[in-house]
Amino acid sequence: MAANDLGTLHRELVPAAGPASVSHGTIVLVLAPGELATTARRLRDEFGFDVLLDVTAVDWPDDALRFEVVHHFYSTAHRVRVRLKTRVGAAEPVVDSLCALYGSAAYMERECHDMYGIVFRGNRDLRPILLYEGFVGHPLRKDYPKLREQPLVAYREG
Amino acid sequence: MDARTFPITTAAPAARSTKDAAFEYLTTRKDELIGWARKFSLFPYPFVTACCAMEFMAVSASPYDTDRFGAALPRFSPRQADLLMVVGTVTHKQAPILLKVYEQMCEPKWVMAFGVCASSGGFYQNYAALQGIDKIIPVDVYVPGCPPRPETVIDGIMQLQDKIARSRHPVVTERF
Amino acid sequence: MDTATIANPIRSSLGTGADDGSVIVNIGPSHPATHGTVQIVAELDGEKVLRTDVHCGYLHRGFEKECEDHTWHNLIPYVDRLNYVSPLVNDFAYCDAVEQLMGIEITPRCRHLRTLLSEYSRVVDHLTCVAAALMEMGAMTAFLYLVMVRDYMYEHLAALTGARVTHSYGRIGGLARDLPEGWLVRLEEILVKYEEFVGRVHALVDRNRIFIDRLRGVGTITTAQALSLGCTGPVLRSTGAAIDLRKDAPYLAYAELDFDVPVGIQGDNYDRYYVRMREMDESVYMIRQLAQMLPAGPVNVDDRRCTFPEKTFVYGQIESLINHFKLVMDGPLVPAGEVYCAHEAPNGELGFYLVSTGGGTPYKVHVRSPSFVHMGAASRMLDGGQLADVVPTFGSINMIGGECDR
Repeated sequence: MAANDLGTLHRELVPAAGPASVSHGTIVLVLAPGELATTARRLRDEFGFDVLLDVTAVDWPDDALRFEVVHHFYSTAHRVRVRLKTRVGAAEPVVDSLCALYGSAAYMERECHDMYGIVFRGNRDLRPILLYEGFVGHPLRKDYPKLREQPLVAYREG
Repeated sequence: MDARTFPITTAAPAARSTKDAAFEYLTTRKDELIGWARKFSLFPYPFVTACCAMEFMAVSASPYDTDRFGAALPRFSPRQADLLMVVGTVTHKQAPILLKVYEQMCEPKWVMAFGVCASSGGFYQNYAALQGIDKIIPVDVYVPGCPPRPETVIDGIMQLQDKIARSRHPVVTERF
Repeated sequence: MDTATIANPIRSSLGTGADDGSVIVNIGPSHPATHGTVQIVAELDGEKVLRTDVHCGYLHRGFEKECEDHTWHNLIPYVDRLNYVSPLVNDFAYCDAVEQLMGIEITPRCRHLRTLLSEYSRVVDHLTCVAAALMEMGAMTAFLYLVMVRDYMYEHLAALTGARVTHSYGRIGGLARDLPEGWLVRLEEILVKYEEFVGRVHALVDRNRIFIDRLRGVGTITTAQALSLGCTGPVLRSTGAAIDLRKDAPYLAYAELDFDVPVGIQGDNYDRYYVRMREMDESVYMIRQLAQMLPAGPVNVDDRRCTFPEKTFVYGQIESLINHFKLVMDGPLVPAGEVYCAHEAPNGELGFYLVSTGGGTPYKVHVRSPSFVHMGAASRMLDGGQLADVVPTFGSINMIGGECDR
């Protein structure tokens, strides 16, 4: 998919002329949270992005909409990647889940929930996957101190 | 007070009479015999988690070969093992598992902390990693390295064998 | 201590299974077949596995949080310990991502050396995976043969990098040092030994009735399922899809090399074993080509933003001293931006998503880990099989804890 297809992607996918760019070989689209699920479906069905590579988030604590949820997709036919970015605030960190579209979304969304506290509406299983039951807090948020340990087993004396 | 009853002594306490001296001579010979048997028939439980596993595989295989020390046969049931080799980082999530496995092992048992992550947390100093397994279980020998070369591991096993040889092995303990 | 009071770190989704006569069994995490860090809670009906609940995270060491506290350069040892069976691939993928953000072009010699060493690491990874998988099925001899070859490679890499396992050899803008004398000669000797030992393993297992019965038709997955579940690497290629980043989006020196991408036919355990064996042969072929075409020249790019100056200059010139000091204390300054850079690791697509705000320390580093995604796919491969099939299926996925849990 060449640069003119970027224009196609932009025209067809982003209804209200949201920002789109190319960053080091990856097409980047910035969306509103409500558009995420429909855009992902169109990417898969119309544009051939058959692999959901990655779901993660970035914490910008000084911004009003604190969390930037980032999805990466890959098209095996066109050999190109797309990054979808969407912003949610700390008060309601909810985005739509892509579990219905991609099987790989299940575990990746669980990890994102563990690390940042993003709630994926539609993913019925958001149990801790990298952390453990009883862990309080979301470690990759900037306000979680790195050294705060929450041991499960009491330490020995001496 | 940890559960093991093998204090390290290098000399028998002074005898009070010739009859005691003879008894002490017999018990130290018995300790040496049992120590010799135990040190050359270690059954490791490889509690393997991380990168140190690569060197654990290398030290168990042909070039370095723990079989020369009698410590080749791993027993993946804690009931049948006596050397708990904690190989790799133990995280807080894994800590209850480690404690449960340690508790399930029968006496006599020894613990080897294989690698710096097991010894002290390594260079992972954060919310996730246990800063050394000796925070939750007693350790007999620490083998540093990230990961340790196989020769270091063999040195660790030999030092543990010396420790076993030197210790007392009471046949009847106060709990039995 | 009363074991009933030891905390349980997980909550299984399978319930108790007592009503319908099935049995819930816990496999792991301290289990040799699950590599010590994965817990599979399985619901069994006799020997048949009805459902599984795969729990990883027992080796979550907080890599991404550590990244926000260290300089871009100091992270290289942490990055090594992600997929610790093929550490050089992780090094080079990470360094490539930082170099893209900084706009640095590595030297031709560095590009070829990185390709050669990536393929060498791939051979080490597949040797380890196949050796462990075979040993778990009882073929101890094959394990000893393959670990023997791997040990030659470890010593060889220790002569180059200083360490047998976790090399920390990649540097932003180049490599830690150039090849020592005689390294390429010894490389050819090791490749000859490799062919001899791998030939023996082929003779032992490929047409062995028991091996085929245990692996053929077990753990099958189709291409559509694999793509939907995010599988990449040998797991995807075993289904018949020739999807390989080295061919589809060539990076480093792969565009100049002649190699095939082996694919399987059914997506079962036997195919994954055979794809890995064939990939090792292709890697050895690539290594031989690269050893012939290695260009001369410097290994590190001459850019003071990232390359440490020579020690003689550091002790002699004030500018080099200050440069060295700044690189150590502040780290290489990476311009603000973000990048997703993916390499074809032995397990699949290993991606680094880096976010920089212009300092010497990352704002965020995220690893797209192939093993973690494969754990999501593991349930699909395990459900419906026998209990005894859990071991070879799990072994064929090659879950590496450092990469899976980060």
